[in-house]
Amino acid sequence: MSAAAHALALHRLGKRYGAVAAVDDVSLGVERGEFLTLLGPSGSGKTTILMMIAGFTEPSSGAVRLDGRDITGLPPERRDFGMVFQGYALFPHLTVAENIAFPLRVRGLGRAAREAKVRGALDLVQLAGLAERRPAQLSGGQQQRVALARALVFDPNLLLLDEPLSALDKKLRAELQEELRALHRRIGRTFVNVTHDQEEALSLSDKVAILNHGRLIQIGQPAALYERPATRFVAGFLGTSNFLAGAVMDVAEGGFTLALGATRLVQEGAPPGARALLSLRPEKIALLAPGERATNEVAGHIAGWLYLGAGYALQVATADCGEVRVTLPAWRAPIAPATGLPVRLGWPADAAVVVAEDADAP
Amino acid sequence: MRRDLGWWALLAPAFLLMTAFYLAPILQVLAISFTEPTPGLGNYERLLTNPAVQRVIGTTLRICLITTLISLALGYALAYVIALASPRARRWWLLGVLVPLWISVLVRAFAWVTLLRRQGLVNQGLQSLGAIEAPLALVWNETGIVIGMVHYMVPYAVLPILGAMREIDPRVLAAARGLGASRGTVFFRVFLPLSAPGLAAAAMLVFIVTLGFYITPAILGGGKTLMAAEWIKLQILDLVRWGLGAMLASVMVVTILVLLGIFSRVVNLRRLFGAGA
Ligand SMILES: Nc1ncnc2c1ncn2[C@@H]1O[C@H](COP(=O)(O)OP(=O)(O)OP(=O)(O)O)[C@@H](O)[C@H]1O
Ligand SMILES: [Mg+2]
Repeated sequence: MSAAAHALALHRLGKRYGAVAAVDDVSLGVERGEFLTLLGPSGSGKTTILMMIAGFTEPSSGAVRLDGRDITGLPPERRDFGMVFQGYALFPHLTVAENIAFPLRVRGLGRAAREAKVRGALDLVQLAGLAERRPAQLSGGQQQRVALARALVFDPNLLLLDEPLSALDKKLRAELQEELRALHRRIGRTFVNVTHDQEEALSLSDKVAILNHGRLIQIGQPAALYERPATRFVAGFLGTSNFLAGAVMDVAEGGFTLALGATRLVQEGAPPGARALLSLRPEKIALLAPGERATNEVAGHIAGWLYLGAGYALQVATADCGEVRVTLPAWRAPIAPATGLPVRLGWPADAAVVVAEDADAP
Repeated sequence: MRRDLGWWALLAPAFLLMTAFYLAPILQVLAISFTEPTPGLGNYERLLTNPAVQRVIGTTLRICLITTLISLALGYALAYVIALASPRARRWWLLGVLVPLWISVLVRAFAWVTLLRRQGLVNQGLQSLGAIEAPLALVWNETGIVIGMVHYMVPYAVLPILGAMREIDPRVLAAARGLGASRGTVFFRVFLPLSAPGLAAAAMLVFIVTLGFYITPAILGGGKTLMAAEWIKLQILDLVRWGLGAMLASVMVVTILVLLGIFSRVVNLRRLFGAGA
């Protein structure tokens, strides 16, 4: 098959179920050969978007474009996309091998070519020994891998994955993530993946689209989303974050001062208005040694702490900033955490980012 | 132990009733088939030697097979429409399928006679449309019997088939289309195999029930085409050949039991396919 991956564009896509907007005015683009992940909490419309791309669900509004061509009305079997369904949707009356051969069979491939391809796909998902079993005789993870093999076996130019790895244990999931990424690099196809696992989204994707209540909140490269979240929801959903809200004072060139009670914080960037909300990642906060200075300093005491193996997670109670979450490496930690221990927190002016409050949920 | 005894005590009346009114007569029929008119296998020998007996069996099997096939085809089409209908429409369809079951089989047979006879509605309609020259022989022959029996059996075919169809996961059908199968391919490669257990169950059910048909063939066959049940009645009540009638009755009971044995196997196949498991 030709190596032409597809470019996909969603234009003001919407889907209503009665009064509920499952998907609300979503526009986004996926470049040729790009790996896009749709990330969002349960019910945020990820599956619905994927179903509209695949052609199973008819959009209430908007269009799906493939390489600039409108395919909104095209039936699913004419789109030639590989797809892994949430819940696998394997054929219960066919064996594993027959399931995987199905897309080849309907494309009229000869027996020899079919068998070779099925064997390759089985090896890829490490199921070579189970070819003659029926889906009912497989574990959830094995079924998921069969579904993946079935979607890949006919070299589709666009692959749609609805939580393809959600039922796997941690080790196998990591292996298949690695495999999926290698595969993506190797075949250079366009992938659209759905997950609510943020680590998977960050590690696999070229681009991540964050969804909430059917709306696209932010789209961008993983690092850009993590470092510069646009809203409180994005900052809280991707990783963990402290939120500091205060009144804006002393706007200067390239920065401003934020007042929280008696505390003054210096922050880079332009203030959004009279008030500002900052997102501050726990790993960007330092514990200050006695006499050490920082641009922003906040004193408090440890209200609680967790040992996480690689590090500690501290809850630090402060007078003006509330409870602040701080992580520090466990190896050669500057302090031995103990409840009630007084600490001083410090961070530079560029550690936090200004984020917007989210528009109210419908 | 005492608990078990209690259960058996509860079952006892039903068991006695079954034995007295059901099992005992059947065993008696079986006995008669070996004892009348002279003890021995004489009656069963006629299965192999008597052309009249063989003709009755042949006619019965042929009519039952044709009826089963037509009922399955119609039942499958109906079940398909019902399975795909909206919940509201589905209720009306089901009502339409089930209502005929409440009408007496006698009434239905006579209704078919009036519709199908030479001056009946069907023949007159076709003639006035110019579709046929002379009236068709639609009743008092095998055609009439098959029409009447199919009408009776279609609901029995619809129900098991519909049951199997409604167990099919719609996402599996969607997946098939997503993998490149046209609607027709989805039907033949996925939908049909997945509904096959229902089809097999319907086939067994319809065939077994048709084997014992009496009133419909008696009325719509007009006495010219004899099926097993009517032939048995003829032997016993009119010709007083008890042994011969009992022999054919016994053969039918055994045939049905064997078919039921196969039938239970077929039902187990569903488990194997993982449809209901
Ligand atoms: N056929 C339907 N009829 C009515 N509402 C629906 C239908 N399908 C989805 N919805 C609603 O649309 C919203 C989005 O559903 P969707 O399945 O796209 O969520 P999701 O992001 O895939 O969630 P999850 O992570 O749980 O799979 C939900 O509120 C859901 O209840
Ligand atoms: Mg989903």
